[in-house]
Amino acid sequence: MNLSPLIVTYLSLFLIAFTIALVPLFAKHQKILIYVSFPLMSIASAIAVVAGIWSVAIDTPESVTLSIGLPDLPFHLRLDPLSGFFLTTIGLLSFFVSIYSTGYCKGYAGKRSVTHLVIFYSLFIAGMFLVVLSDDAFFFLISWELMAIASYFLVMFEDELIENRRAAFLYLVVAHIGALAILLSFGVLAGATGLESFSGYTFDAMRQTEFPLKWATVAFLLAFFGFSAKAGVIPLHVWLPEAHPAAPSNVSALMSGVMLKTAIYGIIRVTFDLIRVFPLWWGAMVLILGLITAIMGILYAIMQNDIKRMLAYSSVENIGVILIGIGLAIIFTSFHIPVLAALSLTAVFYHSINHAMFKGLLFMGAGALLHATHKKNMDEMGGLIHYMPWTSTLFLIGSISISALPPFNGFISEWLLFQAFLLSPSLNSPLLNLLIPMGAALLALTAALVAACFVKAFGITFLGHWRGHHHPPLQKMGLEVNWPMRIGMILPALMCLILGILPAMVIEWMDKISDELVGGKIATTAGAFGWLWLTPVAHERASYSGAIVFLWIIVVVMLVYILLHIRKTAIHRVPLWDCGFEKITPRMQYNAASFSMPIRRIFGFLFNIREQVRLSTSTISPSFPNRLYYRLRIRDRFWGWIYRPISESSYWISRKFGRLQQGYIHVYLIYSFITIIILLIFAR
Amino acid sequence: MIELYPFIIEAIQIVIVLLFAPLFVGWVRMLKCWFQGRTSAGLFQPYRGILKLFHKDVILAENASWLFRFTPYLVFGVTVLAGGIIPIISLTLPFATVADVIAIVALFAIVRFFTALAGMDIGTAFGGMGSSREMMIGSLAEPAMLMAIFTVSLISQTTSLSNMADVVIHKEFILRPSMAFALLAFVLISLAETGRIPVDNPATHLELTMIHEAMILEYSGRHLALIEWAGMIKLFLFTTIGIASFFPWGISTSVNLINISAGIIFLILKMGFLGIGLILIETGLAKMRIFRVPEFLGSAFLLSTLGMLSYFILE
Repeated sequence: MNLSPLIVTYLSLFLIAFTIALVPLFAKHQKILIYVSFPLMSIASAIAVVAGIWSVAIDTPESVTLSIGLPDLPFHLRLDPLSGFFLTTIGLLSFFVSIYSTGYCKGYAGKRSVTHLVIFYSLFIAGMFLVVLSDDAFFFLISWELMAIASYFLVMFEDELIENRRAAFLYLVVAHIGALAILLSFGVLAGATGLESFSGYTFDAMRQTEFPLKWATVAFLLAFFGFSAKAGVIPLHVWLPEAHPAAPSNVSALMSGVMLKTAIYGIIRVTFDLIRVFPLWWGAMVLILGLITAIMGILYAIMQNDIKRMLAYSSVENIGVILIGIGLAIIFTSFHIPVLAALSLTAVFYHSINHAMFKGLLFMGAGALLHATHKKNMDEMGGLIHYMPWTSTLFLIGSISISALPPFNGFISEWLLFQAFLLSPSLNSPLLNLLIPMGAALLALTAALVAACFVKAFGITFLGHWRGHHHPPLQKMGLEVNWPMRIGMILPALMCLILGILPAMVIEWMDKISDELVGGKIATTAGAFGWLWLTPVAHERASYSGAIVFLWIIVVVMLVYILLHIRKTAIHRVPLWDCGFEKITPRMQYNAASFSMPIRRIFGFLFNIREQVRLSTSTISPSFPNRLYYRLRIRDRFWGWIYRPISESSYWISRKFGRLQQGYIHVYLIYSFITIIILLIFAR
Repeated sequence: MIELYPFIIEAIQIVIVLLFAPLFVGWVRMLKCWFQGRTSAGLFQPYRGILKLFHKDVILAENASWLFRFTPYLVFGVTVLAGGIIPIISLTLPFATVADVIAIVALFAIVRFFTALAGMDIGTAFGGMGSSREMMIGSLAEPAMLMAIFTVSLISQTTSLSNMADVVIHKEFILRPSMAFALLAFVLISLAETGRIPVDNPATHLELTMIHEAMILEYSGRHLALIEWAGMIKLFLFTTIGIASFFPWGISTSVNLINISAGIIFLILKMGFLGIGLILIETGLAKMRIFRVPEFLGSAFLLSTLGMLSYFILE
């Protein structure tokens, strides 16, 4: 048997199965369990990365029909460039997170059993791999459920806290409503193939069918709804900021970094590969939803004080940015401009892998903070740059990357998206001519707010003085996390840099995907100007070179530093200047709530904000209040608008139906009797 | 030898950016003194200020981290890089392809990002206040800036600043409504981004009003010199971005020595006039309350969006 990407993928899956099989053997020895299972998982993920990169590079889809499955419907697997790309993304982050977990889960040793964490962690990763590999609707949904259930148990890991149980339940409900919609969508598609029995449920059968617009629209809307529920598209996002922070940080990194991407994969697979009908209004709808999600997501993120909730809301924003790209790609395809559709899809793919890298890195950083200080609230931290030099530097790299600043990776995808927006005037539709400038403006606003959000996150957490009530047990370097955790964060940080300075190479690698989906390429133009430059359309149109920006910054900073240090000028370390006040305390620093106050004030009308200020005055001198109480509560408006009415009305309906339940046997006999009479009347 | 010419021009341009930026600030300050009926300190006072700071020792707070000491070098390096990309004297710069106008805006965003972080590093209330306000202003100004530039780039079908200027120079001159909106928006944004009146006052250290100065309050010695110099270059560069996008006539389009020297003379003339314009705005207006700034920037945003809409609908 020849070695091929799919065979390599099998190897990875078998290794995961082997890991799970090993777990019971080591259940008694928790430390050994951690040291054995997570390294094995990282090897399995690395193998998947190799398979993914390889399959994209050779660009020949491989498919196989397994001998297991339902009686009429064996399982189908397929590895094409699109699955290969997402396999790479998922594998890369799982690789880093598994290394990190070796160090992170040691914190649980002796406190609680990690046995089921290891099992569900492995199943979760296996589920994500299988989602992108499966090639029929049933196997897809089984893998999808495997991923959802495994992650449900991971969210429930610290189940003694009521908010974790509540978050996990909410997650389960939304995930299943979404899965139901996806199932219905596949049902519609399978019905439209017109094939007998179950063979209509294979993706191959759907690929070969020309769908009538009516059924295509129904299937698209259902699938989009289902995948949006998983991706956290506003207004289906409410579970995300509850569930992601509740999980252990290594799992949060995977959930935010790559689990959301499986939903993006699903949208792309169903829209561009299975349905292949592109009415303009689908694209406009996706674009508008993406814009709303992006802008609302980042505004919510800025308001948060809990670092993991902030990161979760920021994932909502990034999903919005990805949806903007998908919307543009649908619009361009509906106008039959494959090059621009390819440009938008490239931005989508690039942002997907970028977000996996920096959000994984940032969640791991938040996990390191939690590990070291046992705190999630930014307002209780501060000054950690002195105590956690590695974590702070890596978190800074993550913050720069997510804020779309050159020469790191976030900038590339945002830049490609702006280029796609700016090339759209060639479209001939008055609606789009209004929508697209507004879209570009909102995307620019989002990008700028992300920077504000992460200046706040990094500045409050790592800079200034420690804000907590009790001073931490601080000696310098005393809080830094262990080496596996550091390595797990260093690698994605390096990836952020590599993806930022070598975009032309990466795009050349991934260009086949958009070629296969929309029949357009950009790499022939992207690489033409030399691998240092990224020129997606034409070099006189736009060009960018991350590598030169990076080199210039390094060279000039070093040069200026050396020039200024030829002549010795002393550095005097002095106490903080306190304006002669003398009683300055760390509590007087700006904190998370005060930092975001200007933005809260500008965009406050979008939120449900309640601010309470109360002065407590002593009886002796009423004009001098001795204490000031400040309470700030920010609520998601969507709770009140959508979720509360739904949950209340479902309670109301079930209460009404509950009246039927009398608990007496004769009442139920009467019900049966009436039913029989009715059936006799109508079903003669 | 011929193929080296663009690199020589590039070097000349970077020297011009480094040397002319304090001169422009000196010119603006001198004009302001005249308008307010004061005696000015002369055209070269900013040079003396920077030189003095370079010779002084650095006073550093005890808890300043590496980030605080690294920021001035980074800010300076990134600002000078932007100065090498923007077509100031010539359109044929080898660096022009390194970054287009979106990337230039992002380069200024790096400067803002790190200055704001440095402001929070020491942990004084002033620093945090400055950073918080700066990020608020920045997050409203940046999209408006991009929209204004996008409007111009839609007309020239490119986002490379050199090519945008090239198109404007070579196309026949038409008065476009979209350009007028974009120019107006750009002026408002430049005032905000470079910290001029009515958004921020570069000459004040009054607690409740300062924004940029609040962030860099803890800096001294060579660090402060680099930040101040970078600030002057930023003002200079925003003016030259405006020139390149709206009035590029005079910027040399070839590597010919006469054209380059003509380009430098044109630059000096334009900067002289723009300095007068800036001072007319500054002396004519009072500084706004901080929460009037969102309205100011909101109107800039609206103007640039209107510019874009008018391009799509009218042109």
